[in-house]
Amino acid sequence: MTDSKPNEKVSVPDAAMGSVLLTNDVGLHARPSVKLTQLAKRFGSVIEFSLDAEGPWVDAKSPVKVMRFKAARGQTLHFRANGTDAAEALAAILALVERGFDTSGDEAVAPAGG
Amino acid sequence: MMERRFEGRPAAPGIALGALVAFAPGSHARVASGAKETEAQALRAAIDSALAELRGVVEHAREDAAEILGFQVALLEDDVLAETAYVAIAGGKAAHDAWLDAMREEAAGYESSDDEYFRARAADISDICERVYAHLTDSAGHADVPAGAIVAAVDLPPSRFLAIDWTRGGALVLTAGSATSHVAMLARSRGVPAVVGLNAELADLHGEALVDAHRGVLIVNPDAATRAQFERDASAAAIARRANDTAAKQRAQTRDGTPVRVLLNIADPAELDTLDPAICDGIGLVRTELLFHGRTGLPDEETQYRVYRRIAEWALGRPVTIRSLDAGGDKPIAGFTVDGESNPFLGVRGLRLSLRHPDVFRTQLRAIARAAMHGEVKLMLPMVTLPAELDAARTMLDEEVATLLARDAKARRPSLGIMVEVPAAAIAADLFETEFFSIGSNDLTQYVAAAGRDVDALADLANPVQPAMLRLVGHVVGVARERGIDVSLCGDAGGDPAAIALLLGTGLRSLSMAPSLVGAAKRAIAAVDLSQAGKTKTWPS
Repeated sequence: MTDSKPNEKVSVPDAAMGSVLLTNDVGLHARPSVKLTQLAKRFGSVIEFSLDAEGPWVDAKSPVKVMRFKAARGQTLHFRANGTDAAEALAAILALVERGFDTSGDEAVAPAGG
Repeated sequence: MMERRFEGRPAAPGIALGALVAFAPGSHARVASGAKETEAQALRAAIDSALAELRGVVEHAREDAAEILGFQVALLEDDVLAETAYVAIAGGKAAHDAWLDAMREEAAGYESSDDEYFRARAADISDICERVYAHLTDSAGHADVPAGAIVAAVDLPPSRFLAIDWTRGGALVLTAGSATSHVAMLARSRGVPAVVGLNAELADLHGEALVDAHRGVLIVNPDAATRAQFERDASAAAIARRANDTAAKQRAQTRDGTPVRVLLNIADPAELDTLDPAICDGIGLVRTELLFHGRTGLPDEETQYRVYRRIAEWALGRPVTIRSLDAGGDKPIAGFTVDGESNPFLGVRGLRLSLRHPDVFRTQLRAIARAAMHGEVKLMLPMVTLPAELDAARTMLDEEVATLLARDAKARRPSLGIMVEVPAAAIAADLFETEFFSIGSNDLTQYVAAAGRDVDALADLANPVQPAMLRLVGHVVGVARERGIDVSLCGDAGGDPAAIALLLGTGLRSLSMAPSLVGAAKRAIAAVDLSQAGKTKTWPS
């Protein structure tokens, strides 16, 4: 279960785990971190984030903790979710990172790294 | 203990006897309570206030700035940010030290990054750190000021002055500061005796003390003879106050029967609570800056409207002149005014700033136009230099009034006038299509004399009734008369009994002043005989 490859999702009832490659130019900087945590907060599940499938894991709803990882372009981001909407949450978060954080919901933003 | 005497300069008249409370400056301003619960609460409250302030700034910021500050909001909203600080507080550390340590650590995490982008985030952390710290120290100590205390400080921010309860007496002594600073202005307005430039060290200021703000003296541990003198002075002051109170209720007119309009300068609608509108002919200056220093950032239209409406209603039909935001110069507003100007008094301030922030300005224009439904509200523009600036503001005002009316909002276009405080506007007063003039003698004096109002060594040069000033005032009065429009003066000179005769000599018949000065000013007006004016006039016409 810890041997995740990019974009691979493993889902069991009420728990989900997945990883995705960070491709935007400046990495998981201020704006993407805020977007990521804002998205995570929309879900009831516990959602955690790590740069390593082995952990340490931190709360993906905390911009302070997410920023502390200082994730750079080219790193793989790991997420795991636990709760009734875990699968949905994980899918949404992975999709946000895949899109390079450039579009999300109704917010119009400049292309990442632009 | 021996009596000790310290000399300073009078900034607001009055005398007081009370216990000294010293406010130490800077990082020592906050005294730890020693109780863990209280410290944690203080930090929580400071974070909440900082957050509210920041959200307000974000709302009015331009897109790029809003994005940067939005990140700071997200961090502040995150309980994790202050986690280590709360742990340290639980371990017995003071809130301010715990916060500074935690933020230093947080910033260090970013500074250690190889990535330039992440290193730069350390600046956001230090920005957040300072904002919360300011709230932590700003609110500190207020509860510790007992009624009637003599507050001693190097200098005091206006917000802190306003947070002190002065209703039961007390006085203010500053070792730095200036008689024309904002805190001195507030002290005069509230009738709080104040001495500035006191030749003392804060460490020496404790125990009981006596303030004679007429002479600019502080006496620590006064002996029996000094106290007896104080009692005599206090009864004399009480008699003068009663005479002033009586005079305040009468109509202002000179000895020869010439009526003079007496208006009020106010900065805070709370000042009006204890005032009878009958003492004045209206409000000549509503300073709106304090509204913009609120802890929740720039005020929205509704908040401003409510404040302006309250003032208009208080005046019971008397004219109320609201000055649009006069930020900049010595009145910075974090996140709004321009930082680091080499000479802020000659920088982007007053209307210059408003025209560069049309969204903020238009919000204020709408609030004032709506308040105009509740009284005779006039709008005054500060720091106008060229007629084109007035024209630009007029266009915006007309547009905002039209917008409001199109929305079926109740609004009226207030009469629009300029404050005359830039020499260019005074000299070319006839070129402005203004509906009234109000002479801002404080700034006009410092620009005419090239002597800063905060430079005590140049106080003699910055004399608001020197010949050049009287000529300029006379010129503006003449232009107003020719046009048949109102002209008033709203600087400190307007309420100074020593300046009033000279000002009336220029033809001026309307003075705006701090509420506490009305009685003495009306007595000074009553002593002037304008039929003799030709003999006392000190300026060539």
